[in-house]
Amino acid sequence: MSTIQITINGTSQSLDVPPMKRLLDVLREDAHLTGTKEGCGEGECGACAVLMNGELVNSCLVPALHADGASVCTIEGVAPSAAAEGEPAHLHPIQQCFFENGGAQCGICTPGMILATHHLLDKYPNPTLEQIKEGLAGNLCRCTGYMRIFESVQKAAQALTTIST
Amino acid sequence: MPEPPSLIGASPLRKEGRAKVLGAARYIDDIELPGMWHGATVRSTIARGRIRSITFSDEIDWSEYAIVRPSDIPGENVIVHLIKDHPCLADGFVNHPEEPILLIAHPSKAALLRAKAAIRIEYDPLPGVFTIEESEAAVESGDAERIMWEPNEAAGSATFGSANCFRQYQLYSGEAKETEAGLAKAFEEAAFIVEGEYSTGAQEQLYIENNGVIAECFRDEHGNIESLCVQGSMQCPYYLVHALTVVFNLPEDKCRVIQVETGGAFGGKEDFPSVIGSHAALLAMKCGHPVKIVYDRAEDMAGTTKRHPSRTRHRTALSKDGMLLGAEIEVALDGGAYTTLSPTVLSRATLHAPGPYRWPFLRVRSKAMATNIPPHGAFRGFGAPQALFGIERHMDRVAKVVGLTPEELRRRNFLRTGDVTVTGQKLHEAFDMNAMLTRVLKEHGYHEKLARFAEENKTSPIKRGVGFAAFLHGAGFTGSGERRLNSEVVLRVDKATAGQPARVCVLVSSTEFGQGTNTILSQVAAHTLGIAYDDVYLAKIDTAVVPNSGPTVASRTAMIVGKLVERASLKLLETLRTYSALPETCDRDTFFAATERYFAEHETLRTSVRYEPQAPVFWDDQLYRGEAYPGFAWAIYVAEVAVDMNTYQATCTRFDALQEVGRVLHPVLAKGQIEGGVAQGIGYAIYERCEWKEGRMMNNQMTNYIMPTSADLPEIHVHFEEVPSVHGPGGAKGIGELPMDGPGPAILNAIENATGVSFHSIPLLPEDIFERFTSLGHLHGGSEDIDATVDRDTEVEAPEVTV
Ligand code: FES
Ligand code: FES
Repeated sequence: MSTIQITINGTSQSLDVPPMKRLLDVLREDAHLTGTKEGCGEGECGACAVLMNGELVNSCLVPALHADGASVCTIEGVAPSAAAEGEPAHLHPIQQCFFENGGAQCGICTPGMILATHHLLDKYPNPTLEQIKEGLAGNLCRCTGYMRIFESVQKAAQALTTIST
Repeated sequence: MPEPPSLIGASPLRKEGRAKVLGAARYIDDIELPGMWHGATVRSTIARGRIRSITFSDEIDWSEYAIVRPSDIPGENVIVHLIKDHPCLADGFVNHPEEPILLIAHPSKAALLRAKAAIRIEYDPLPGVFTIEESEAAVESGDAERIMWEPNEAAGSATFGSANCFRQYQLYSGEAKETEAGLAKAFEEAAFIVEGEYSTGAQEQLYIENNGVIAECFRDEHGNIESLCVQGSMQCPYYLVHALTVVFNLPEDKCRVIQVETGGAFGGKEDFPSVIGSHAALLAMKCGHPVKIVYDRAEDMAGTTKRHPSRTRHRTALSKDGMLLGAEIEVALDGGAYTTLSPTVLSRATLHAPGPYRWPFLRVRSKAMATNIPPHGAFRGFGAPQALFGIERHMDRVAKVVGLTPEELRRRNFLRTGDVTVTGQKLHEAFDMNAMLTRVLKEHGYHEKLARFAEENKTSPIKRGVGFAAFLHGAGFTGSGERRLNSEVVLRVDKATAGQPARVCVLVSSTEFGQGTNTILSQVAAHTLGIAYDDVYLAKIDTAVVPNSGPTVASRTAMIVGKLVERASLKLLETLRTYSALPETCDRDTFFAATERYFAEHETLRTSVRYEPQAPVFWDDQLYRGEAYPGFAWAIYVAEVAVDMNTYQATCTRFDALQEVGRVLHPVLAKGQIEGGVAQGIGYAIYERCEWKEGRMMNNQMTNYIMPTSADLPEIHVHFEEVPSVHGPGGAKGIGELPMDGPGPAILNAIENATGVSFHSIPLLPEDIFERFTSLGHLHGGSEDIDATVDRDTEVEAPEVTV
């Protein structure tokens, strides 16, 4: 066991975990945040994607030790008023756009997809379709055929630029 | 008062969408029960043979583990689907790789891996059969060693099957003798006879959430098993109830099944949850704790069902002006090691094999063969994509031989409104394939591209082409299936309480796994009752609470269950008119006011309805004739492709999908369904290959089984024709499976247009294209140096054309 210091969705905590435990399991089992999903366990599907120090990572490939001292954002930390208890009052614009435009069907890829979108729109506030395709190519979705997801991302980009201007 | 805007054709927000985008939706692996243990499955490492011994290494303290062997099963050691040939645990003999032999459970998931590795199983291997051809050869040569399946009285298969063959069908376009005579004459008089053979590979459903369940077993004070409760990721909770009653010898009401949020299914969670659900329940029985089994990706891919591989043979007679005179079609499916759902998959393949065409005389012979591969199962389309790949590739071949364009050949032979199909079903409801073809070719820019690509391909190393496929898809269960299912739907009005206004609850066993069940059924109820979408919700799918509205399969939810919801809603209005003076024209306020008056005198308000055919539906299982489906959806899909002659990679560069599906209930969800299905179809055609070795899937990882990513897919344009149908609510028909049918043949037709070479098998990967070009001796060939009118693979007979 090692003790790691990790900030999850803005809250710093210290956790006793085996050093090679996957960040995915640390989040799901130790931090009890089950919004981060496992699809493949080998870095292919992006269902487990989270933001670590602002970078998009597949948490199934990150050993706990590497997350020591890091700041991690999971799907539970995306909505603005995501307090510890209860449902947040508002969805983040990305979540709202996925909700309204058919970006989530079965929903299992959605948390990773939304974090990948978050990361993409940080980098390119007005992404081209090619940039969206590239940016989400590490996140597999078997339900949608991606078209509704592209539309959700485009709408989210518009919504976010309107907010920030 | 103005009419409230119609909810049919609107796109209200997905019912469970908010929880999904928040990451708050709870899937099976997100659920923990107090004292829960974890379960694992010990599987066979060989394809076929006798189990000689099982040894447990003494490095492990086995007293910490629960172990389930076949002898622990309280009821029958069988997973019941259509018949009873599929063991719950292999007892002394294995028939496919990854066959479950033992189950183990432990409080710690990590401890299971070590324990699994410490169990040694020794076998006396026997030879297996791994393809349709090997299975047939064993029968033909009388090689008893390789007969791996026989019909069996006790299993209920004696009347249907034969050695290595689970089921056969014979479909005639009329009375058998007359049809045979008609066919003989057609082939005698034909100006052209065209033959072809087409094949399709296995395909993994690849839902992003693996199969998983949690089971509990409750005992009475004497320690006897009293009841079971299994919750999990699944499509058909009542299928699992049925399986549990057999494994545990318990009555139905003691086997409770709950569906939790399900992360994709596509058929892969239709029949399989009966296996994993029974396994977890056995472990829960053994250890006295709730037991969770969630597969990892490798186990899910290697051990669970896939789409049936197929081989279709066509022999077609045509007149000199390209009219179809008759056809003989043979369809063979690889069913894997046990019967599971193969007979019904085969039935759908048989009925879709003739495509959307008029056939004066036709015979389809079909069979599902047994092989030593994990059983193949349900996957979106359920036999139709295989059969339609055959006919739609074949029609392009026929066109070439006859000297017509693919378009003109089809136009001359399309079914029309009022025609009678080969099963004798009159097509009452209006549809117009010719008009649809005109529309979608225009939307796609087909004719312009045809001309332009032919020019450009002469000099470009990237060969581009366009192709299309025309098809139909039957919605609902085949033939008498819906009548047998006798589905039930209940509507209940919940009284207003302190924090919650009165609402209407829809009780069905129809599950949500992304397709939109919750949303569309709420829409239908709200629309029919004249109340708001938010006034309606779906009951949690728990067999202790919801009636059996049938399985969530076969594109039946919107059309069949939706119609039941509509009828239950009308019945509810009738009740309120009779007892609570609900006015003839009512709205949301008068509706809920009437329910209040009703509650003043009654405790509960609920209505229930059962399936009734909306028009006479007659089907004869013996003769295989009658109304094959309550309704058909019609579609034409157009693909544009680019084949890179340096890398031999074919990509789809634009896709247009036009379908007539009755009224579209929810345009956003409907588009999403079509796009998702098309993406899976593109994967089926040019990306996804299962690599087999002695019956074992070798590429059982997402790293080496390649499904399309966002970077691989073209723009998918979805178009609808809306002709309301009497069979579904508000005129809707089923759409779920349809989009899986078209991409395979459309893309391969486009590849032929691009390269001048006709391919007959999917998946078609760069190595296949390379190999074909190499064998043609045109390593850098383009369309100009390959003679497109002669196909080298298949015999084409063209008797003299009489003028
Ligand atoms: S679970 Fe981590 S990438 Fe698939
Ligand atoms: S919505 Fe189901 S995998 Fe993406």
